[in-house]
Amino acid sequence: MTNALKKIYIGLIIFFLYAPIGTLMVLSFNASKARTKWGGFTFKWYAALFENEEILSALFNTMLIALLSALAATLIGTVACIAMTGMKRRTKSIMMGITNIPMLNAEIVTGISLMLLYISLGIKFGIGTILLSHITFNIPYVILSVMPRMKQLNPSTYEAALDLGASHTTAFFKVVLPDLTPGILSGFLMAFTMSLDDFIITHFTKGIGVDTLSTKIYTEVKKGIKPEMYALSTIIFVTVLALLLLVNLSPEKKEQK
Amino acid sequence: MPKELIHLNNLSKSFDGQMVLDELNLKIHENEFVTLLGPSGCGKTTTLRILGGFAVPDAGQVIFDGKDITHVPPNLRPLNTVFQKYALFTHMTIAENIAFGLKIKKKSKAYIQDKIKYALKLVNLEGYGNRMPDSLSGGQQQRIAIARAIVNEPKVLLLDEPLGALDLKLRQEMQYELIRMKNELGITFVYVTHDQEEALTMSDTIVVMNQGYIQQIGSPESIYNEPENAFVADFIGDSNIIPATMVEDKLVSILGFRFPCVDTGFGRNRPVDVVIRPEDVELVAPSEGTLQGVVSHLIFKGVHYEMEVMAGGFEWLVHSTVLHPVGEEVGIRVDPFNIQIMNKPESEDEEAVAIDI
Ligand SMILES: Nc1ncnc2c1ncn2[C@@H]1O[C@H](COP(=O)(O)OP(=O)(O)OP(=O)(O)O)[C@@H](O)[C@H]1O
Ligand SMILES: [Mg+2]
Repeated sequence: MTNALKKIYIGLIIFFLYAPIGTLMVLSFNASKARTKWGGFTFKWYAALFENEEILSALFNTMLIALLSALAATLIGTVACIAMTGMKRRTKSIMMGITNIPMLNAEIVTGISLMLLYISLGIKFGIGTILLSHITFNIPYVILSVMPRMKQLNPSTYEAALDLGASHTTAFFKVVLPDLTPGILSGFLMAFTMSLDDFIITHFTKGIGVDTLSTKIYTEVKKGIKPEMYALSTIIFVTVLALLLLVNLSPEKKEQK
Repeated sequence: MPKELIHLNNLSKSFDGQMVLDELNLKIHENEFVTLLGPSGCGKTTTLRILGGFAVPDAGQVIFDGKDITHVPPNLRPLNTVFQKYALFTHMTIAENIAFGLKIKKKSKAYIQDKIKYALKLVNLEGYGNRMPDSLSGGQQQRIAIARAIVNEPKVLLLDEPLGALDLKLRQEMQYELIRMKNELGITFVYVTHDQEEALTMSDTIVVMNQGYIQQIGSPESIYNEPENAFVADFIGDSNIIPATMVEDKLVSILGFRFPCVDTGFGRNRPVDVVIRPEDVELVAPSEGTLQGVVSHLIFKGVHYEMEVMAGGFEWLVHSTVLHPVGEEVGIRVDPFNIQIMNKPESEDEEAVAIDI
């Protein structure tokens, strides 16, 4: 294939992948409410968005849940990784399998299962249940990004720290943890993004009256599409894109130091 | 003899039912350079880890300066270890690496700065303080690992094959540097290697180990010249190990030929093994030799020629600066002082010789 053909081919792929989102983004700046007519450039839908109380509260919920669930999952996932390194090979691979299942499981199944669990335990639906669910599905992502770091770890550095007089705690925080940090960081960002991005599981576990951005968009769209929703979707897309770029770039940068 | 510093008393250790150390006894003195030498898997690292506090023996004690420290954790032992794979802290600069132990001991800033400078000078890496470990070569990293251990002024430095990953030239340089440091600092070195040349070059005392047993303890000269059994003889350099019979004191029959020797006290007509180093086999005119043979192989080795001579049904390994071409008939003669008589090894050692590493 010639170079020109190659470029056209790649161009087509990117076009089909991004054309829908591109359309959405363009429409979010369209002054005309009609979807087929360009009425001039405007920020008014964005402005309207930030005046809408319901959307602002959904935005707040989304951020709160993303942050808290990512933090909790990072903590739990990292500790789990440390515990797993101490296990026998067989137990370890079984544990790894178990933690990976929620990731491979269809989201709708996870969502419904969690909903049923909360009902049977009599837990009241609300922010708390969303948070719990998000922590649950975030843990595997953290483990997946911390574990490779854990494997690269030179076990003698921990012993070297002890040898130089450090207590077990000091050795862990001064020597082991810094080596894991890039993995932990990218695990956190990954979890944050996943939480931000989630609709299905949130939909099943949120309860009435509580909304995150994705569920809010869904309810709004059911009522009829408003240009504000284009603006909101654009914001979510750009944020998630930025986070993903950050996740993919950050470990490498550390490595090259 | 200097003061006794460490006593490993009847150490035993097994992993998953497999015996790794079997009632090992060893005394180490102040300012001694002791090398644990032996084939892979013989328990050298395990011994060192027990000494450093990273492993606990199933039985036996580690006595340090008269105190039992068998169960004292590594961070409270007056020993420091240089690990096989450097184990530098990759997220810290060289200076921070060296300062690690001192900061934990809450030394003053000025003291730490002085020590860093001194240590970098000692390992010939002045001006490297602000570099990251990754940016250093293997040999430089190893020297930093040594500097990091030495600034803590340990009584004993444990080194586990510290030069294993370096090339020959660098290894030799580092050997001299380590000897210099030992003399300058007056620290006791316990050194692990499976390289017999390294052990002979550096040590005051060599401990030859095999399968968790100590085979022989002695100075490099005595280990080389008077190996106590076939395993030691075979492990320390090339040698001719030949089954023989001790006819009487000072007379041994090798392959049916009578050789005068200097050893006594083996009794009469007792089966033994003799060790003759290849450089001690003299090739002479056939008529002058104790036995006659034919040169079967010849290799040029740089300093000398290595030849194999088929004589008396045994392939003799010979090192000589004089060339004897393949096919030449030669006589073999051995100076009585160069014939080392050894008791037949116990069955366990025999097995070990057969593995031959
Ligand atoms: N933590 C462990 N668990 C199980 N077996 C072990 C462990 N550590 C050592 N061993 C076994 O103990 C034996 C001796 O090991 P050790 O590391 O002391 O050998 P070594 O003399 O240092 O060998 P090398 O020269 O290869 O480093 C080996 O057979 C090894 O497999
Ligand atoms: Mg070893």
